[in-house]
Amino acid sequence: MSSPYSKDLLLGLYSSMVRIRKFEHKAAEAFQQGLCPSRVHLCSGQEGSVAGAVGALDKWDWLTSTHRAIGHSLAKGAPARALLAELMGKATGCCCGKGGGMHLADPEAGLLGANGIVGAGLPLANGSALAAKLRKNGEVTLCFFGDGATNNGVFHESLNIASVWNLPVVYLCENNGYGISTAIEKVTRTPDIVARAKSYAITGLSVNSDNVLDVYATVSQAVAEARAGRGPVLVECKTWRQAGHYYGDPGEYSPAYLATAAEKDPIARYTVYLLENGPQGIGQADLDAVVKAAEDEMNDAWRFALESPFPGPSGLTSDVYAADNDRSVAR
Amino acid sequence: MNDARPASRLLTVSQAINEGLRIEMRRNPEVLLIGEDIGALGGIFGVTKGLLEEFGPERVLEPPIAEYGFTGLAVGAAMRGLRPVVELMFSDFVSVAMDPILNQAAKMRYMSGGRFSVPLVLRAPRGSGDHYAGQHSQCLEAWFTHIPGLKVVCPSTPADAKGLIQSAVRDPDPVIFLEHKLTYNREGNVPADDAPIPLGSADIKRSGRDLTIICWSRQMFFALEAAAELAAAGIEAEVLDLRSLVPLDWAAIKESVGKTRRVLIVEEAARRGGFGAELSAQVNEEFYGALAAPVKRLAGKNVVIPFSPGLEEAAIPQVKDIVEAARAACPR
Repeated sequence: MSSPYSKDLLLGLYSSMVRIRKFEHKAAEAFQQGLCPSRVHLCSGQEGSVAGAVGALDKWDWLTSTHRAIGHSLAKGAPARALLAELMGKATGCCCGKGGGMHLADPEAGLLGANGIVGAGLPLANGSALAAKLRKNGEVTLCFFGDGATNNGVFHESLNIASVWNLPVVYLCENNGYGISTAIEKVTRTPDIVARAKSYAITGLSVNSDNVLDVYATVSQAVAEARAGRGPVLVECKTWRQAGHYYGDPGEYSPAYLATAAEKDPIARYTVYLLENGPQGIGQADLDAVVKAAEDEMNDAWRFALESPFPGPSGLTSDVYAADNDRSVAR
Repeated sequence: MNDARPASRLLTVSQAINEGLRIEMRRNPEVLLIGEDIGALGGIFGVTKGLLEEFGPERVLEPPIAEYGFTGLAVGAAMRGLRPVVELMFSDFVSVAMDPILNQAAKMRYMSGGRFSVPLVLRAPRGSGDHYAGQHSQCLEAWFTHIPGLKVVCPSTPADAKGLIQSAVRDPDPVIFLEHKLTYNREGNVPADDAPIPLGSADIKRSGRDLTIICWSRQMFFALEAAAELAAAGIEAEVLDLRSLVPLDWAAIKESVGKTRRVLIVEEAARRGGFGAELSAQVNEEFYGALAAPVKRLAGKNVVIPFSPGLEEAAIPQVKDIVEAARAACPR
């Protein structure tokens, strides 16, 4: 069966989702074994949103992430080795073990950083978009945040500024229905976040994360708008997380929500689509090769992270400032 | 006809900062200004007058009244290599822009393992004396000195203000640049040329052998007036203007205190938990036993800055208080 998309793109989206899931299995295993100093926030169930949206970016575009940053980082091109090492607090981590899972960052991959403060990435994304606008280099910044961030004042401030300054930024709200244990219905009367686009006179688009190709198409449209100088776009991606707020979250989510999350698994659905329709001649062997490559990559990352050293004592006072740390840290 | 540029001429603090910004904006096209009403109006204190005309609206940006939003935007822009200079209309408004400063700008270099820099300057008018009352008159430098990752600059004279703003704009780290509102119209000689002053270098504004008055910002002028009165009474006070609190010029403090063995710290901010308390602790830790008198602190009262002028004046140290404290520390 034909598809408007190339085989590379179709398999690329599959690979992106599978790599995230395989990586997160390792992260969960590391946490279980006591190898991660802190909890890990997994995005299992949300891979369609992550892979589809990040897949719509060019290599030189930028993104800001949230506390649930593993998928965004991996999809954008941060190396699995450096990400897993960071989750373990190792010196070889993407932040030298000084940021951890809520602060994954990698300028070489265009990753402006995860963020431990809900909503804080929105104004940072605007700043990145302002840089692109002034430099006229065509870069777009993709800004991920959850439904929880949309009731924060900075959501309003940021969308308003981006609108009035016509900034090339795509706001992507991953609406998974919960802020930790708080259901969205308890904290807002607007069932659809995308409705808020209207109040900023910007384009709003809506999509479900269980179909990665829909996400890809929708975010591609948003990115094209932003890149063409037609200003910011708000995309709401309805999504369902399978693992709770963090791995091992004892939160009591409704059985109906968990059933939906399982039923809407984007990887399972995309696998069925690819195998039943065989777009561009894709078959089981192609998918097996993707899975095998992802497993090999994550096994390698595991070995690397495990064998890596912890930061030495000099790491404590380095990088507080660009230079002269001894003096400024002492006094 | 002599067409040589004058080596220096009289400017106000406000004009000096304007000149420093103008030089930096000419030097580097990625320096830009962000702040409420900083364009045609030139900011409510007139510091940015004429910059919109020279550099245009792409580099002199007037955002909505959204301090969190535009300060955070400046952090993001700085992470991408631009050099934004944010003006908060009053430093008190930092309460609604604190996350980008506390959790983003200050931490980004460290938490990214040195992979991101935030070359951001946040300029903010501070201090009392202009009858704006409690929400527009505070001295909050201790909020910022307490946050690792920030640099904190508090200039006093026009020459310092120009040189320090130039260095702040060139600095690779976030700099909080606190300008006292009541110094804006003070005149002083300012070098006409490029004259950056390194952050972390204190300046002896008056030498003396009997007592070191450690001060910064507007209180430096009070200290100078007090020192003149003290000289008439036979007490030679050294006025040490810190200029930047972080980085701190400990070598300068050490040298001066080693000489005078008496220390008076003068600050406008509320006394409890002020930066003066930190200085007092550091001096005591290093000089206990060598001091000829206990370290003395003069600071603002632990009150909200009142509106009524008489009360407002009583809330912060005045010249006579400095004279009195210095005399008590130097018995004759």
